[in-house]
Amino acid sequence: MKTIFRLALIAALVFTFAQVEAAEMLSGAGATFPYPVYSAWAYDYNKVTGVQLNYQSIGSGGGVKQITARTVDFGASDDPMKPEDQTKQKLLQFPAVIGGVVPVANLGNVKPGQLKLDADTLCKIFLGDVKKWSDARVTKLNAGLKFPDGEITVVYRSDGSGTTAIFTNYLAETCPAWKEKVGAGKAVKFPVGIGGKGNEGVTNYVKRTANSIGFVEFAYAKQNKLVYIQMKNKAGNFVEPGFESFEDAAETGDFDAKKGFYLWLTNAPGKQSWPIAGATFILLAQEKTGVNKQTVKFFDWAFTNGDNKAKELVYVPLPKSLKDKVRAYWKAKGIQ
Amino acid sequence: MAMTLKRKNPVDLIFSSITALASVTVILFIIGIIYVLISESSLSIEKFGIVKFLFSTEWNPVKEDFGALTNIYGTVLTTVLSLLFAIPVAIGIAIFVTEIAPNFLKGPIGVAIELLAAIPSIIYGMWGLFTLSPIMSNYIEPLLKKATANIPLVSILFQGTPMGIDILTASVILSIMIIPFTASISRDSFNLTPAVVKESAYAIGATQWEVVKNVILPYSKLGVFGGVVLSLGRALGETMAVAFVLGNNHRISTSLLDAAATITVTLANEFAEADNDVYLSSLFYLALVLFVMSFITLAIAKFFLLKAERKYSR
Repeated sequence: MKTIFRLALIAALVFTFAQVEAAEMLSGAGATFPYPVYSAWAYDYNKVTGVQLNYQSIGSGGGVKQITARTVDFGASDDPMKPEDQTKQKLLQFPAVIGGVVPVANLGNVKPGQLKLDADTLCKIFLGDVKKWSDARVTKLNAGLKFPDGEITVVYRSDGSGTTAIFTNYLAETCPAWKEKVGAGKAVKFPVGIGGKGNEGVTNYVKRTANSIGFVEFAYAKQNKLVYIQMKNKAGNFVEPGFESFEDAAETGDFDAKKGFYLWLTNAPGKQSWPIAGATFILLAQEKTGVNKQTVKFFDWAFTNGDNKAKELVYVPLPKSLKDKVRAYWKAKGIQ
Repeated sequence: MAMTLKRKNPVDLIFSSITALASVTVILFIIGIIYVLISESSLSIEKFGIVKFLFSTEWNPVKEDFGALTNIYGTVLTTVLSLLFAIPVAIGIAIFVTEIAPNFLKGPIGVAIELLAAIPSIIYGMWGLFTLSPIMSNYIEPLLKKATANIPLVSILFQGTPMGIDILTASVILSIMIIPFTASISRDSFNLTPAVVKESAYAIGATQWEVVKNVILPYSKLGVFGGVVLSLGRALGETMAVAFVLGNNHRISTSLLDAAATITVTLANEFAEADNDVYLSSLFYLALVLFVMSFITLAIAKFFLLKAERKYSR
């Protein structure tokens, strides 16, 4: 009898604590891409404020569904939600982190950053029109580089992903043939090549397959020391992928608070802009003002204190101008 | 049933009700799953119909046009191939462990088989991607290609560049995964052969090979068949082990060196980010197709097992 009493007491205590915890808990769900940085921020934020953030990386589609059904405090999605859909679902949207997609290759002794391509050639390679690296359309951009004669192997993502969405949006925007034949989306029917599962799959195949080309998130290209490709941007300059060129894209990209920041950050006009970038977004339920204030408090804290942590994990923090826009948006919506 | 329950004492009554309840939940779960699969895929069923969906090779999320044939093809092909690879090896293991191995070896081999079965399938997947796939593409597949280059028809099976991300690699991984099931069930049924019968066979001068062929295998073929069916079920539904090495390529190819897609691989790859209704509904439709396929396979297996059992018991 005594033990039962004791157990009941412990259970009661645990339950009370759980209640207290629940009051200081934020729940979010969605995109897998920003998961590492959100959880790193959440860890630091918890140390400072005691507020717990529980983020489930179930994929962007799931994030949108959960916030639409109001089962979480915020949703996260890699693809921007259209303004009309925001209105329809009564959601608010703002960007949280910038990510970049980087084409990478495996080409004999060509070193990272040596190879240069423009949108049209990249598109023709992924369409299967340019079959060899020794094709004149590649060599004329790369005077002085020696190319092997083998056929190009295209490596794409076999799973649905925000990375694919950003990459195909870029190709569809810059290359009419791609738009017509393939289109843009998280999963598309790639005309040629082999599919790797996840960034790690694509990285693995590109590393192993001679004369291959693929596309991965910036962090993977950097950490695995892959041979990344310089891209010609809208302004006509060849740029290297990196924090500066991603930030430049985010700064010059036309993020509009009136549209809930709906924007594909591809082909940004800045002189140093990396053309294949994208923001990952947070979605809030319009009517939950109290909860939204808590969520916004977290992101405001992260915008102020989290830049270094983000860079450490190879994420690109929002540039200051964009942070200001987002803060103004919060104020206008009465959640800050 | 109710009558017999009444006569029992109260404890027994509670006990039998609880077990009955437990069994009923299984049926409820199955009905619930079928209901969800059908209701979630209704949009896609309406749009594509049954025949068109089953026989269309199209799988294009952007154009919202979906068909299951490439997935069914991949599922059936990898399953059949993996069974072809696994069954001889598994039966070999079982015979060795029960009849041939000295006693001190039986234990370790048995434990090794059970450990193989306990490895989570994602580990097989990562191992396949990082270890097996390079071995296949650098050594085994070029060798197969060379060896079969001059044989008509067979050479079709090995066309294309060996990438190591293909039907062959996936089938090999699957076969490694299902070997423990077939092997341990076969071993158990071999052990059921009465010692008297075996000893009599040896006594009249039968060799080890003759004993295995004429006494043990006929005695235990039902059990072996059961093991094969279990493995078949496992291979049909296996997801993570093949997701990394199959490429999720929605095309029908005659070459084993080409990437393909199975139903489960498609689900694992595309479910999380399927963002429009028809797409998601078509994925549920695929799951429904797999459910029906598994059901039919198990039904056929059960039918043969029952038939054989009746014949055997006579």
